Amino acid sequence: MSCYKGKYHDELIANAAYIGTPGKGILAADESTGTIGKRLSSINVENVESNRRALRELLFCTPGALQYLSGVILFEETLYQKTAAGKPFVDVMKEAGVLPGIKVDKGTVELAGTNGETTTQGLDGLAQRCQKYYEAGARFAKWRAVLKISPTEPSQLAINENANGLARYAIICQENGLVPIVEPEILVDGPHDINKCADVSERVLAACYKALNDHHVLLEGTLLKPNMVTPGSESKKVAPEVVAEYTVRTLQRTMPPAVPAVVFLSGGQSEEEATLNLNAMNKFQGKKPWTLTFSFGRALQQSTLKAWQGKEENVDKAQAAFLKRCKANSEATLGVYKGDAGEGEGVSESLHVKDYKY
Amino acid sequence: MASATILRTSFLPKRSEWFAANSHQSTSHLQPTSVAFTVHAGAYSDELIKTAKSVASPGRGILAMDESNATCGKRLASIGLENTEANRQAYRTLLVSVPGLGQYISGAILFEETLYQSTIDGKKMVDVLKEQNIMPGIKVDKGLVPLAGSNNESWCQGLDGLASRCAAYYEQGARFAKWRTVVSIPNGPSALAVKEAAWGLARYASIAQDNGLVPIVEPEILLDGEHGIERTFEVALKVWAEVFFYMAENNVMFEGILLKPSMVTPGAECKERATPEQVSEYTLKLLQRRIPPAVPGIMFLSGGQSEVEATLNLNAMNQGANPWHVSFSYARALQNTCLKTWGGRPENVKAAQETLLVRAKANSLAQLGKYTGEGESEEAKKGMFVKGYTY
Repeated sequence: MSCYKGKYHDELIANAAYIGTPGKGILAADESTGTIGKRLSSINVENVESNRRALRELLFCTPGALQYLSGVILFEETLYQKTAAGKPFVDVMKEAGVLPGIKVDKGTVELAGTNGETTTQGLDGLAQRCQKYYEAGARFAKWRAVLKISPTEPSQLAINENANGLARYAIICQENGLVPIVEPEILVDGPHDINKCADVSERVLAACYKALNDHHVLLEGTLLKPNMVTPGSESKKVAPEVVAEYTVRTLQRTMPPAVPAVVFLSGGQSEEEATLNLNAMNKFQGKKPWTLTFSFGRALQQSTLKAWQGKEENVDKAQAAFLKRCKANSEATLGVYKGDAGEGEGVSESLHVKDYKY
Repeated sequence: MASATILRTSFLPKRSEWFAANSHQSTSHLQPTSVAFTVHAGAYSDELIKTAKSVASPGRGILAMDESNATCGKRLASIGLENTEANRQAYRTLLVSVPGLGQYISGAILFEETLYQSTIDGKKMVDVLKEQNIMPGIKVDKGLVPLAGSNNESWCQGLDGLASRCAAYYEQGARFAKWRTVVSIPNGPSALAVKEAAWGLARYASIAQDNGLVPIVEPEILLDGEHGIERTFEVALKVWAEVFFYMAENNVMFEGILLKPSMVTPGAECKERATPEQVSEYTLKLLQRRIPPAVPGIMFLSGGQSEVEATLNLNAMNQGANPWHVSFSYARALQNTCLKTWGGRPENVKAAQETLLVRAKANSLAQLGKYTGEGESEEAKKGMFVKGYTY
């Protein structure tokens, strides 16, 4: 068999294409309980279910925001949660034409014999979990593999292991009706320059697509969630036009046109930086037979969190901040963002955390 | 008299020049054994990109005229001519001198003998081509031999001394190269044969780029067999995944290569035939799933299709926009009627040249998606499949 042709074939292709609709992108709201706890504690809010629910309701129910989103990635707990008025979040999304997605990996573990390189867990029982999530309304999934750059990394072992894990996850998802987002994140940590990031990204993406092809994954029914190609966090920054050129070139060299869209991760960039880079990519003149859009977590929520502070009376302010970022990124996918969402607390704040454990 | 197979050292670049051009390469071996990440830029990067773009220009394709002496002999024999250098020279003179050929042909692949030959009027073949705005290319592989440990399959030789041969060919005026390996569906293909074909192509491509030649990457999936179009599709997907992965591992710069795939069709002996639309659908799907947009041009081989069939299929593939130039690199499908019209007679040269121009123009239109098939001759519609064809 050349690739997946089962009962979900047409649906996978349609959903993947829909997520790449120009003007729309993904809100990554799938922080695990532990990670969301870090966000909440940064604004002095207790990490209990009701607060986690309240934050997500604030986001999903922001008036006018959902029109800029084609999908939202959820953590398992959130998939089954409801608004305060009792409406399931998945219904809120469906009514607004937003596809619910679900994080299905079970975090990273270290690879023995390496210098702290990791592989991602989650394949055991994945088929059954995907079926369950599909029944609950999810239509796409996400699995994050992590690699890092140093003079000796990523090692061939780390590349092979992570690429293979992504491919296995991807085909299992497709067999169970979920569009797999393939996420091989190469961390921005390090003093390396943009050329090094480009070389490593090309090497990693070549390995990923080789693995996806070997595992008979239907490319038209997948999405890619890569890092943008940038200098390392300890290296001098470059202009958005440079990020755009290097990133598009990397994708031109590795991504077959059959893949409908790229949904970039923000990986520690500030909200504004991520938007400006995405905008530059969509203005860049060159062969781009796939949509270039966003799948941002921190880069969509940072100023919203800061405005909310966990207080009911701040909800309007917080929602206004969220709407602003959604609209800005929507414009960036069309290459028409004018930089007018650049004001506001937290918008230009770097969100980089060294050796970030998600 | 030119002796085609012996490398003449007087044509090699001076040692000092060669090292000067390649000095950036010699220091790369001094990098720490931890990972040497190569930046794709080499001495010829810009030129390679320019050459590839020129060959992949709209409305143009490649004339493959690199038949080895033995194969050219078969062509000459088919019109009752002896396989002598003079006859090969006469025939190639006819081809490169077609007036206005450069309007439809962007590159011509030559055999080594022809690269160093002159026309019967004493002008260098490469100079005639250059004046026609046609890039000279050169076949650099050394043919197929049996692959030990496989299921009676072949592998392609030619890596030994390839670097210096490429450098010499560049000196002589060649700007692109071609290496043809084959994959046989009735014989499997075995994983070993596919891997070997892909790895050989990747090594060749890397070496060619290092020496200024744009590599045409040609893993021909032979037409022989009773298999249907789905099976061809499956094998093609596998082959191209391997080819691109190994090229990436060999740090080949994709903006400076060209591809020469076979179209996705049923096997020659398959009872179910496919329409141009079906061939187009499967072939485009293959390209979309396997070819990164950085590759500037995809020049299809005809592999035994009739002249008209090859043109119709190409036309079907160009009915919509593609992220790469989708064109032709035809030998038999361009030369067949021309050869027969010539018949070895000087008085037929002009008429023969006109028929070549007709085919070149038809394929040019097909590249633009505008071919209508009006006025095609019966000769042009004849299939040219030869079972077990050895090139």
